[in-house]
Amino acid sequence: MADARRRGLPIIARNVRVARGDATLLDDVDVTIPADERTFILGPNGSGKSTLLRVLHGLQRPTAGEVLWGGAATHPSGQAMVFQRPVMLRRSARGNIRYVLRSSGVARAERNSRIGELLGLVGLEHIAHRPARRLSGGEQQRLALARALARDPIVLFLDEPTASLDPAATKAIEDLVHTISERGIKVVMSTHDIAEARRLAGEIIMLHHGRIVETGAAMSFFDAPKTDEAKKFLAGELLI
Amino acid sequence: MSTFSESLLVAVGLIVHLDPHLTGIVLLSLRVSLTATLVAALIGLPLGAWIAVSRFPGRDALIAVLNAMMGLPPVVVGLVIYLLLSRAGPLGSWGLLFTPTAMVIAQTVLIAPILAALSRQVIADAWTEYREQLTSLGATPFGGALTLLWDTRYSLATVLLAGFGRAIAEVGAVIIVGGNIDGVTRVMTTTIALETSKGDLPLALGLGTTLIALTLILNLAAQATKSWARARFG
Repeated sequence: MADARRRGLPIIARNVRVARGDATLLDDVDVTIPADERTFILGPNGSGKSTLLRVLHGLQRPTAGEVLWGGAATHPSGQAMVFQRPVMLRRSARGNIRYVLRSSGVARAERNSRIGELLGLVGLEHIAHRPARRLSGGEQQRLALARALARDPIVLFLDEPTASLDPAATKAIEDLVHTISERGIKVVMSTHDIAEARRLAGEIIMLHHGRIVETGAAMSFFDAPKTDEAKKFLAGELLI
Repeated sequence: MSTFSESLLVAVGLIVHLDPHLTGIVLLSLRVSLTATLVAALIGLPLGAWIAVSRFPGRDALIAVLNAMMGLPPVVVGLVIYLLLSRAGPLGSWGLLFTPTAMVIAQTVLIAPILAALSRQVIADAWTEYREQLTSLGATPFGGALTLLWDTRYSLATVLLAGFGRAIAEVGAVIIVGGNIDGVTRVMTTTIALETSKGDLPLALGLGTTLIALTLILNLAAQATKSWARARFG
């Protein structure tokens, strides 16, 4: 069972480079995302966090280098991602989850109970029938989380899910991230918020200008950063 | 001066009293153009969606052809369908020439490219917004196309309306393949053309007024639906 749950892990990026036009978004990225721990991709805006997540999720093909999922070069199905600005389908909150369950091949008879369970998990049962696009930012983000979980993922990527939320909504998302990883789902999340990474991260990958600055266990990264960039960033200085 | 006002007065009378001759013509017009819009939608919308989300060699050329076909001259479409359906033509044995069915075929050919080209644009725009999200959720391009057809349904309603507007207002194609036979294939536009040349201005004006009013009402309804949907679904 444990082995089956870990299909597609670890994720290994080798010498990954992503260029778009003249701009290099990621360069020389060599990193292993292990099966356990919550992995946090930390860095200032524009450091390549979203691009790295999209590469690891198989949405973006690297210009050079390769990504291996559990040793295989083919992208596994057991992944889901919550985008920074999730696109809600023009249907109800329920309808959004039902859509994913249906396309993931969940039997019709099971769908209603799964929808109830997922909406309950993210605390949105009371607005199940509201049109998804009319929900608040925090509610949409929680619905996006439920929708991603409807794919029953082994790995869940979250791209700055709290970036534009108020403290209460941020807390709701962070609590959910806890719950999700306690259920054995591997969480890979990006943030530019040092305090958030302190609260949640097990392992840190710090990016700057599309390159990896430092990686390591969160505890030692925060207590004793090894690089100047990490020290500056943690001290609250502006990284340019 | 007085011809116009007198004719208009008689025309209003014809409309108000639901003159059977006039209503018969209006109903046939609606039947032909609505059927053509329906058939063209069944062809054009899936085609537009498919072109919007798939990548294949020659796609750009196909889009250019499709966009150019939006401006097909109705008389040329009428002529080609006429040649196909005429007794000596390849489909002559179907015996469809000078029937409402022939008119439906001509209008379908005329507006299917419009529906395909416009819906391609609508869905391509939506696809830029949805692509990563849908791919991440495991949708195939085919499934994605279906999803977008549903998610852009209110914009597509306007597309359908544009097609219907083109169908109901054109005269060139239906007059050639329908033959403008009284009580059989005479629709609003062909009657207006005929009665004007005959000098029966009241009927022509009455139909003209009905045509414009109909178009206006449909567009108002579409506009209302769209703003309602926007408020409801975002």
